[in-house]
Amino acid sequence: MRPGAWLVWGLVGFFLVNLLGLVLAVVVNSLSVEWFGTWWPNGLTTAWYATAWREMNLLEVLAVTVQVSVAVVVASVAIGVPTAYALARRNFPGKRLVTLLFLLPIMLPPMTYGIPLATVLYKFDLAGGIVGVIVANLVPSVPFVVLTMTPFIEQIDPRIEAAARMCGARTLSVFTRVLAPLLVPGILAASILVLVRTVGMFELTFLTAGPGSQTLVVSLYEAMFSAGIRAQQAVDAMAVIYTGSMLVLLVIALRFVNPTQLVTRLKEPA
Amino acid sequence: MKGRHWLAERGVDRVLLLLVPGLVFVVGLFAYPVLYGLQLSFQPKEGGGFFENYVRFFADPYLRDTIWITLRLALPAALINVVASVPVAYRLRGRVRGKRFLTTVLVVPITLGTVLTAEGLIGYLGPVGWFNKILLGIGLIDEPLRLVHNYWGVLFSLIITGFPFAFLLTLSYLSGIDPSLEKAAATLGADWWRRFRYVTLPLLAPGLAITFCLTFVLAFSVFPSAYLVGLPQGETRVISIAAYESAFRDSDYPLGSAIAMIMAVVMVVVVGLVLLWRSTLYRGATGGKG
Repeated sequence: MRPGAWLVWGLVGFFLVNLLGLVLAVVVNSLSVEWFGTWWPNGLTTAWYATAWREMNLLEVLAVTVQVSVAVVVASVAIGVPTAYALARRNFPGKRLVTLLFLLPIMLPPMTYGIPLATVLYKFDLAGGIVGVIVANLVPSVPFVVLTMTPFIEQIDPRIEAAARMCGARTLSVFTRVLAPLLVPGILAASILVLVRTVGMFELTFLTAGPGSQTLVVSLYEAMFSAGIRAQQAVDAMAVIYTGSMLVLLVIALRFVNPTQLVTRLKEPA
Repeated sequence: MKGRHWLAERGVDRVLLLLVPGLVFVVGLFAYPVLYGLQLSFQPKEGGGFFENYVRFFADPYLRDTIWITLRLALPAALINVVASVPVAYRLRGRVRGKRFLTTVLVVPITLGTVLTAEGLIGYLGPVGWFNKILLGIGLIDEPLRLVHNYWGVLFSLIITGFPFAFLLTLSYLSGIDPSLEKAAATLGADWWRRFRYVTLPLLAPGLAITFCLTFVLAFSVFPSAYLVGLPQGETRVISIAAYESAFRDSDYPLGSAIAMIMAVVMVVVVGLVLLWRSTLYRGATGGKG
């Protein structure tokens, strides 16, 4: 190997070692009885996980997180897939404008449109509850489904549909018996990505959630932000639970989608 | 009948009805709130002229400086993420042993989330953390480095969360470049540096511009980590904090909306400049499809 290669791998190694140290510091702290300025805590315990579970209403928070993410996935697929179908199959005047309209919510960071959106939702009394959180999270999710499904539908040969019609199938059976089975892999991939994004989405949930409608990320942030009330170990235990569930989701996601191909598809409209 | 046929030839028929739910949604929940916010930003809460909120933002250094503070964090973070991802992705572009494993490891930071990253940075890089202990132990420094609750903490957090995205994008752009081009250059006697500099890099550059824009936009809207590992009332008082505090702590929605609009404008200017530069580059069929 050339020295350049060694340098690159050395830097990657340095980055990964520090990253490992960072994660380990949190995991060890969440398991420690007490840890002040020494190399290793004096004693390990799992008690903080129980504390976090009890004190921070984790069960309720997890229930809210599951409800929000499932609702967002179902609604964004239901709204996004028909739109993607129309965009994939027809060229019509103003198509570029429509595409741009669906591209913007993904390109813009949530904070820029999140503040006006939360203002509007509060005006209509929608924010502060679980409905507001779901609606706000749909704003980037629906365009995301549209933009990932459009190229997917484009590569399904329209002649298959034409053939089904020629054999006498009605619109409904073309959809349920021909199109839907072909769409399943794409919908599955898009859903899992929307799920990961929604569970990890901080800003929009933070801006619209009320006391009983916080998802895991937001209540985790609140727990850390109001530090002092809670033991740091309990916050760390909660953070480990969050990262653990995200890791499971990511592993599932990587089984269905190849990350490099995903980005290749995504970037095309950009 | 004739009219309908004319329309169908231009792609307008009943299939377009499928667009309706999506369009209603994106207009109602994205376009309308943004326009409402824009309109609201011209109606200052405490009276004054049409542009009062904007005048206030640029007159008050506590508000105005958030632009520079945010740019000072976001530009280096985006640049570091893009520049660092190029050599790593370059090494992994072809069929390499352990590619899948290394890609997965480099993507894992996506799952960490802001809070674990923040807790980890505080625990690991803090004055009594392992990092400072090791540096002190081998005698590289005499007193602990201050790496969290300041500019550096937020920058590290942005690099940890932004690098996976930059890396994945760069890798996919690099995979889109035809490998036979490099082989042709090698046949003509170019060494690896020349192959990279004169063949791969020019083809990759448009893709890198897009990668830079996306990571910049992510970094420019940094919000929770500026609170958690930064100095939210001092050197990491980023523009999102100013917008959030105006709108929801002081209930001054017009000023909050105005700051959100300024934020979008700054981003559009930076992204526009980068895309302008990108439009001067070669973008052919064999390029990184950028």
